[in-house]
Amino acid sequence: MSIGVDQWVETADSRRVEPDGWWGRGSNWWGSIPPWGRLGIVLGLAVFVPLFASDFVVRVGVNALLLALLAVGLNVSVGWAGLLDLGFIAFYGFGAYAFAILSSDQLGIDLPTLVAVPLVVVATGLLGVLLGLPSRRLSGDYLAIVTLFFSQIFLELALNVDRLGVDLTGGPNGIAGVTPFHLFGMRFSSPASYFYLFLTVLTLVVIALYFLERSRTGRAWQAIHDDALAAEIMTVPINRLKLVAFASGAAIAGLAGSMFASFQLGVYPLNFQVQFLIVVYAALILGGSGSLSGAVLGGVVVAVMLDLLRDPGQASAAFYGVIAVTLIAKIRPWKRLGAIVGGAVVLGSVVNAIATSLWPGAFEGDAVSTGPLASFLDSWIVVPTDPVTPGNWAYCALVACVLALPLVHGWKRDALVVPTLYLAAFVWETRLVGEPSITRQLLLGALLVVMMLGRPQGLIGKARVERV
Amino acid sequence: MPRNLLELREVSISFGTLTVVDALDLEVEEGEIVSLIGPNGAGKTTVFNAITGVYKPDSGAISLDGQSIVGLPPHQIATMGVARTFQSIRLFQNMSVRENVMVAGYGRTTARPWQSIFRTRTARREEREEREHAEELLSFFGQRLVGYRFDQPAYNLSYANRRRLEIARAMAARPRILLLDEPAAGMNPTETQEIAALTSRLRDEKGFTVLVIEHDMHVVEGVSDRVVALDHGAKIAEGSFDHVATHPAVVEAYLGKGAAATK
Repeated sequence: MSIGVDQWVETADSRRVEPDGWWGRGSNWWGSIPPWGRLGIVLGLAVFVPLFASDFVVRVGVNALLLALLAVGLNVSVGWAGLLDLGFIAFYGFGAYAFAILSSDQLGIDLPTLVAVPLVVVATGLLGVLLGLPSRRLSGDYLAIVTLFFSQIFLELALNVDRLGVDLTGGPNGIAGVTPFHLFGMRFSSPASYFYLFLTVLTLVVIALYFLERSRTGRAWQAIHDDALAAEIMTVPINRLKLVAFASGAAIAGLAGSMFASFQLGVYPLNFQVQFLIVVYAALILGGSGSLSGAVLGGVVVAVMLDLLRDPGQASAAFYGVIAVTLIAKIRPWKRLGAIVGGAVVLGSVVNAIATSLWPGAFEGDAVSTGPLASFLDSWIVVPTDPVTPGNWAYCALVACVLALPLVHGWKRDALVVPTLYLAAFVWETRLVGEPSITRQLLLGALLVVMMLGRPQGLIGKARVERV
Repeated sequence: MPRNLLELREVSISFGTLTVVDALDLEVEEGEIVSLIGPNGAGKTTVFNAITGVYKPDSGAISLDGQSIVGLPPHQIATMGVARTFQSIRLFQNMSVRENVMVAGYGRTTARPWQSIFRTRTARREEREEREHAEELLSFFGQRLVGYRFDQPAYNLSYANRRRLEIARAMAARPRILLLDEPAAGMNPTETQEIAALTSRLRDEKGFTVLVIEHDMHVVEGVSDRVVALDHGAKIAEGSFDHVATHPAVVEAYLGKGAAATK
């Protein structure tokens, strides 16, 4: 018997199957480009955005870069080291407030950007160490609860530190009139200038973290995430590395905070509520926790989505677009798809005809959506004169239908899809499109639910196996 | 006379009112392969946990090469030269085979995070050394863990390969003494035989001192310079395999009272 002769291993290459289809070939091609090439392609596309896009789009881009930076920072502690840090928003807020205090009339201090930003980053990193000290022995849900508490403490402080003799934070009014970044004699005022600045910062942070991920530190973090005891037995000082992870994430959040304060020209307590923490988490999870490029992609996707949904017209386009794409991708063959869409059209027309003839005058409302779809929607959907109550009931019915969909099979499911589609359109036109702030959260939540069911590792994350 | 690399003196550990390790004396000389045997619940793994710093003994002394290691954190004990495998495999499942091994180089390397980010000379040299060392250690097991396997996640490996990877990972911590916790558990007869051969090679080719917990008596017989038998946390016999295997106290511990007489 000779050790290590293994038929299976020897013939492994002959059993390998090349990925198929346009998706498989595409990702294969993308993966074959070296990392620098991939970074170059993405940057090359990104630098053209401000040249061809409107100011609004560039602003969306700046928000996207900022959220991407936050997701990348969160990825250090959550994605790599596995520390469920819900205090992240406090570091972001601390960075923003610290920069605002150091460069505004609040205390009469106005430091040059090149002094203020490094000061803020170091201070936030130290705050990360400070908050990490009592938390480093906690893990999982215990750590989450303690750090969530830090978030709340920060918000309370920001709201109340205006009554201590000196007005440090401006209380509920925040700090307005923050000096914008001025570097090397340039003053950053236009969205485009911020876009390029943020793109540069994000790129540098991503490159730094790319090298860190592949170093002993990055490996030790991932080892702690997988099995902290085994990591410690394998020479890794886990408590110190947890602190480093905490502090690194915090420092990046502090950097993002000062950038945000300067871009917004002010900081307000509302910017740092737990809602925004959820958005950052959503970005990281959607993109793929533990993956650097995933965090960037998640940040961009979520930020663009949230900004897109601000405008009812774009929101409608996105809503119906997603439904159409889902139907086309999920329902085969074409005959079945045709039957379902046809069924929905017929159902709508019949309901419309019956409703308007039975109760003339009760359905004077108009579909809110505009554009090419509008005239079709008006004859398809019955919009009550007072849409609120029927809309609410329809919303409940829609949730029931969606929940029932996975429970039925075969033709019954196809039959159920028809009223579900109609209800979705009805609810959208009567209720959702009119209240974009709620709708944004709902759609973000729905997107996350679908994502977690269909692709738990995120857009470009790797599937994880947990130790049992 | 070779000196004791690892020495336990009067080590006692109890969980609440239950004494798990009872005034245990244990020595392992440099270059020796010592087997720790005993029925389930005898306290063998607890001894490993005490040596590696997972548990702190209630009393007694543990020293590595004359230096006390009681109360030191596990990572420090590991860096000083004690590495182990686990009875229930504890790999870093989501990391690649190569990365699993490279993690254990943490204690030996020095690059700070900023050095890694700026890829200083030290950081690059250490990284290259650890990588080569890891690949060399993995080739210790023939072709099973090399080539494309380097980049596969650990959860993709078969059970036997996971055990092998754990041994490779422990070796990468550059230990002076290697603690193997049931390396042959769950292996088929061929693989068990291979583990026995491997345990000897760990000493003969790599120069490690080995303390091994094992239930398979063929392995114990094949590899041990010395055998120590535990029951209820106390040492009941010590010596050559033949001496311990036929010792009445050992037979009684495994088979119950009266078994020795009927044999």
